[in-house]
Amino acid sequence: MSKDNRKKIRESLAKRNRSERHFQWFGKLGVILGLAAVVLLFVDIISKGSGAFRATYIQLEIEYDPDAIGVLDVNDTEELIFANWQNFAKKSLRDLFPEVTKRGEKRKLNNLVSEGAGFDFRDQLTQSPNLWGTKETLWILADDDIDTYYKSWLDDDPFSARLTSEQIKWIDQLHSKGLIALKFNTKFFERGDSREPEQAGIKGALIGSFFTLVLTLLMSFPMGVTAAIYLEEFAPKNKWTDLIEVNINNLAAVPSIIFGLLGLAIFINFFGIPRSIPVLGAIVLALMTLPTIIITSRAAIKSVPPSIREAALGVGASKFQTTLHHVLPLSLPGMLTGAIIGMARALGETAPLLMIGMVAFIVDIPGGFTDPATVLPVQIFLWIDSPERAFVEKTSAAIIILLSFLMVMNFIAVYLRKRLERRW
Amino acid sequence: MSNSKLSQSISTDGADPKISEQVLDVEKDLLSMESYSTIGNNLVEDAKMSVRNVNVFYGDKQAIFDVHMDIKKNEVIAMIGPSGCGKSTFLRTLNRMNDTIDSCVVSGEVTMDGENLYDPKLDVVELRARVGMVFQKPNPFPKSIFENVAYGPRLHGLADSKVDLDELVENSLKKAGLWEEAKDRLHQPGTGLSGGQQQRLCIARAIAVEPEVILMDEPCSALDPIATARIEELIEELSQNFTIAIVTHSMQQAARVSHRTAYFHLGKLIEVNPTETVFTMPEHKLTEAYITGRFG
Ligand SMILES: Nc1ncnc2c1ncn2[C@@H]1O[C@H](COP(=O)(O)OP(=O)(O)O)[C@@H](O)[C@H]1O
Ligand SMILES: [Mg+2]
Repeated sequence: MSKDNRKKIRESLAKRNRSERHFQWFGKLGVILGLAAVVLLFVDIISKGSGAFRATYIQLEIEYDPDAIGVLDVNDTEELIFANWQNFAKKSLRDLFPEVTKRGEKRKLNNLVSEGAGFDFRDQLTQSPNLWGTKETLWILADDDIDTYYKSWLDDDPFSARLTSEQIKWIDQLHSKGLIALKFNTKFFERGDSREPEQAGIKGALIGSFFTLVLTLLMSFPMGVTAAIYLEEFAPKNKWTDLIEVNINNLAAVPSIIFGLLGLAIFINFFGIPRSIPVLGAIVLALMTLPTIIITSRAAIKSVPPSIREAALGVGASKFQTTLHHVLPLSLPGMLTGAIIGMARALGETAPLLMIGMVAFIVDIPGGFTDPATVLPVQIFLWIDSPERAFVEKTSAAIIILLSFLMVMNFIAVYLRKRLERRW
Repeated sequence: MSNSKLSQSISTDGADPKISEQVLDVEKDLLSMESYSTIGNNLVEDAKMSVRNVNVFYGDKQAIFDVHMDIKKNEVIAMIGPSGCGKSTFLRTLNRMNDTIDSCVVSGEVTMDGENLYDPKLDVVELRARVGMVFQKPNPFPKSIFENVAYGPRLHGLADSKVDLDELVENSLKKAGLWEEAKDRLHQPGTGLSGGQQQRLCIARAIAVEPEVILMDEPCSALDPIATARIEELIEELSQNFTIAIVTHSMQQAARVSHRTAYFHLGKLIEVNPTETVFTMPEHKLTEAYITGRFG
């Protein structure tokens, strides 16, 4: 090579290396920005939401005295229904702070514990009536304002806007006696939604999501896979199948809220399916995930080398046998990966469910596919819209739970793909 | 067959420019010809398969033109020709493998023992059990060696019991010369074998259903010379029980294993003759040009 050319090459080399370095820098910058966003999101959400897993409890001496709640005969169910169960807690508080006598102050004192405490007493005594007349020392859930204050006070940043100075004084006293404490918030995992933040739990939404997703999977996976197999292996390649292909891709790009409108217009108005139930949510979500499953399943089928099909056909397998014995098993991991990713999307979907009434305020935990229900992301939407400050940490906690599920699902998908990936 | 000497006589030295010009003219003629006739003994008396008037199209493009040819019982017939001349396409008409390609249309008549293979009433599943195929790239199923061989017999219900099936698998592997190497690892994946072993596994899989004819499409093109030699030996052994049609891009291989050789050019069957004749005194100018290395 001539000296001249070598010089030229060397000169151009510097430029080439420089642009390569720049390219790498840009790439790294992108990765760092992405990671930073993820870390920021998690730190923010976890710091806001972790509080919800613990709640403020107040220790009270409860005496199960029928008189205290105005009941004459503990076997009269009618009377028990209308009894003032909350009085057990009120009485115990008054015993704790005998100096409180004014009406207004008494009310403030009563407000230290959650309004829901009475229901717990009722449930407790209905279950074991032999407790009547006995005494028990219990940790009773505090009111949400107390909870918010106590947690912020422990963090040296007290938020006292919604409390009176007396209430703050009482909490101080309780604290110095060791009668107020943070404990694991079992209610959060045992309850459905509630207007009282301290009573609100995630279980209703979790179960609702579970029912909805199970049905979604049952509806969309078999249908999606069969459609993919038909299109890929059996359908003739002509302009009709081209048209179908284009439309499936279009369908995958349709904004999810449109599927909600479809559900509203067709399934509720035309077919008369009741609103707010998992069956309806699942139909809508299945329609939404179907194109994704078809597309990923087709990709999985395409990745099975044609030589395997030829081998099977060559020894006399029919087309159906070839598909069933070879193509399907080999593409199943890919299909499952697609299904899991589709399900993860469906789990996080909110907009279409708003349209079909799964945004209703539902206290009861759904017991089946046809009970009114809400789902995790909609629960988040509902809570974030609530004015009480205590809902902020509930919202964040629900987001943590939703994200954990999504991450687990994505990990399973990646694991499956890695594990069952075949090298030809 | 003592064709080994023959293979040495195939010269591939530089082309005489004058001859090349002539060849180009002949090729031009061939392209423009409406009809042509195959030179040599393309038709025989005791034919196992007969091909008459066969044309194959991929959409608008014609890949095979008006082929007439017989395949004799228990012979090894080699198909040679420049790449893209339609050898594979022709071979695949013999077990209707072309049916799997949507755009492919076959016209004409192919018979086996007098039975028309393109009869709409005929079931291709049965046909493919009778006419087995070995492909260019070894394509074992990603299953165990045993499962690979047992697949065909199971499909067609050829074995009555587990013992029967075991025996059938063993015999097939023996015939394919793979038994010694595979007997201790029958339940390990077939894809774990070497390339040559995989191809012998594919042969075992094909013969397990006891076909009458075996089609092989460049079965050695993905293999090293030693593996190739083993397959060639195997072909010679198999020819005692099966009729074999083999496509090859190696003239030496055609010379070593086949009894007759068919030369294809641009989709036309130019010449069919005993292998010895084709490689020592080809009748057609194009055949001569090909075997002396003037086309790739
Ligand atoms: N699936 C197909 N679709 C369209 N054209 C094809 C297809 N397969 C082969 N052909 C064409 O048919 C001709 C013959 O191909 P082939 O039979 O594979 O040749 P060979 O095996 O001799 O190399 C070539 O021109 C090739 O481009
Ligand atoms: Mg070929």
